[in-house]
Amino acid sequence: MHAKKGDWVQIQQILLKPEERTAPLPEDTQKVPLMMRIKGFLINETAEIGQEVEIKTLTGRLVKGKLVAINPKYEHDFGEPVPELITVGLELRKILEGDNNV
Amino acid sequence: MSDLSYNAVMSRKNEIMKRAVGIDYEKFIISDIVFDYEKMMQEVGYSLEKVREIQQETGVGNTPLVELKQINRLIKKIAPKGKGARIFIKDEATNPSGSYKDRRASVSVYHAQKHGYKGVIAATSGNYGAAVASQAAKRGLKCIIVQECYDSKWIGQPEILEKARACEAYGAEVVQLTVGPELFYYTLVLLEKTGFFNASLYTPYAIAGVETLGYEIAKQTKELVGKYPDAVVITHAGGGILTGTARGLKKAGAVETQVVAASVNLKGLHMASDNDFNKKYFTTGHTGFGLPFATFPDRSDVPKNAARALRYMDKYLLVSQGEVFYITEMLAQLEGMQRGPAGNTSLAAAFALALEMDEDKVIVVNETEYTGAGKLPSAQLTFAKKMGMEIKRGDPINEDLPGKRIVIPEHPSQIGYIELNMDNVRKSYVKEVMKRYNKRKFSDEEIKFMAEDTKTTEEKIMQIVKDLLGGE
Repeated sequence: MHAKKGDWVQIQQILLKPEERTAPLPEDTQKVPLMMRIKGFLINETAEIGQEVEIKTLTGRLVKGKLVAINPKYEHDFGEPVPELITVGLELRKILEGDNNV
Repeated sequence: MSDLSYNAVMSRKNEIMKRAVGIDYEKFIISDIVFDYEKMMQEVGYSLEKVREIQQETGVGNTPLVELKQINRLIKKIAPKGKGARIFIKDEATNPSGSYKDRRASVSVYHAQKHGYKGVIAATSGNYGAAVASQAAKRGLKCIIVQECYDSKWIGQPEILEKARACEAYGAEVVQLTVGPELFYYTLVLLEKTGFFNASLYTPYAIAGVETLGYEIAKQTKELVGKYPDAVVITHAGGGILTGTARGLKKAGAVETQVVAASVNLKGLHMASDNDFNKKYFTTGHTGFGLPFATFPDRSDVPKNAARALRYMDKYLLVSQGEVFYITEMLAQLEGMQRGPAGNTSLAAAFALALEMDEDKVIVVNETEYTGAGKLPSAQLTFAKKMGMEIKRGDPINEDLPGKRIVIPEHPSQIGYIELNMDNVRKSYVKEVMKRYNKRKFSDEEIKFMAEDTKTTEEKIMQIVKDLLGGE
């Protein structure tokens, strides 16, 4: 899939490599880079996923990075019904109203 | 181009901040430790009347105070005879972006606009981002929200991702980072590059914005039940909501009201750990923030933090994640109010408190927050299961295991709390001061300041200092 100029895209960039992270950190975090993802409008004429590109962000900043998504989707959702919670409402009403209500 | 390495940027912190916050903190600082807190709040902040005016302009505040009648009936059923206080909740989800954070953002964004800044920046993964974005939209300012959003495998909690979506919906640019305290470093980089205003959570503007919350609670409670609340229970993370609410209560005359902090116990999970990051559900109001900010407020992004929770805190209670999910379900099922779990941390603690307080007492829970995809218990528990957490029904107090197991109570009477010893919290405060400023001897003025800053006596502080030095 490729993107063209003006498309709404997401890029990614390394802000600090592991050896550049000098804040006090737990060991696991120290081993990995500090990364950033940001969205904006593609400046390049065309680009493929994985390519270094430039975007213009919503506040008008120009930022370079690796193209990771075109028209990135919001992927979080309402989750699955949770068995441990489904009966809670019934249980509470039973305490309030006795068996009459169930 | 200036040097963007971590150390170079951090060494420019003061000059960047001065321009981005517009406060000359030097004016209030007396020594390393001592500063004139009240003078800072008066000179830099806005009066309560002015804040109410500013908030009215953008539709913030004047939220309803709602009695939880069904839950109160439930409490009466299961509490011992003569016990079972009434709980009221301040429905802050009715603010424009859906949380009390609109109050905190409103004054900063007003101030930024008034002083000609073109935009505002805030570093936050919580509701505050949406609030700043919403207020910025209302005042025609640009907005950048910097979020700690993903672990190193680009896995993000649904709640934080929902907040990113909300910020984008309000037209903000969202900078999403992987785990690490360098969020603050990169915020400085952005402040320097853009010349935008730092809508920090910890300036006097942000805290003055919350005072209206305490003020409204005092007035509305008096109107509804004829007296000020006996206790107000407040979810505690960075300390701003507690500080602002308590100050507002006092300004309204509710000086006897107990101020109770509540956090989720996430003992053992490190705030800055890449591995632990996705094992903390509803991402705020837990001990990882609550304790460090209470015991060393000046760890924040401004030279002197206006959020100083220990100045106002009477009690500090811990609850578990399972209890908060359970009470969230209870609020939806019995009261018809679907609200996000983070804000319900205080409701879980209030429920436990109500069971043991006399039936003529009144407890106010000072906030709710909006919910939606990503913020619901179903979204968060589905994610928790994916991250390998065990979810079970059981006894939350004895079986809860932060980072490993979430225990949903089997009966409402199992909702309880763990109370922290306030003197131990004060001791941690003094210990931090000693460590951060490398101090072992204190002047009378410093002892007095530490006593005020932790709501205790000078004698108590001197005793703590003596105890801490005793072993050496």
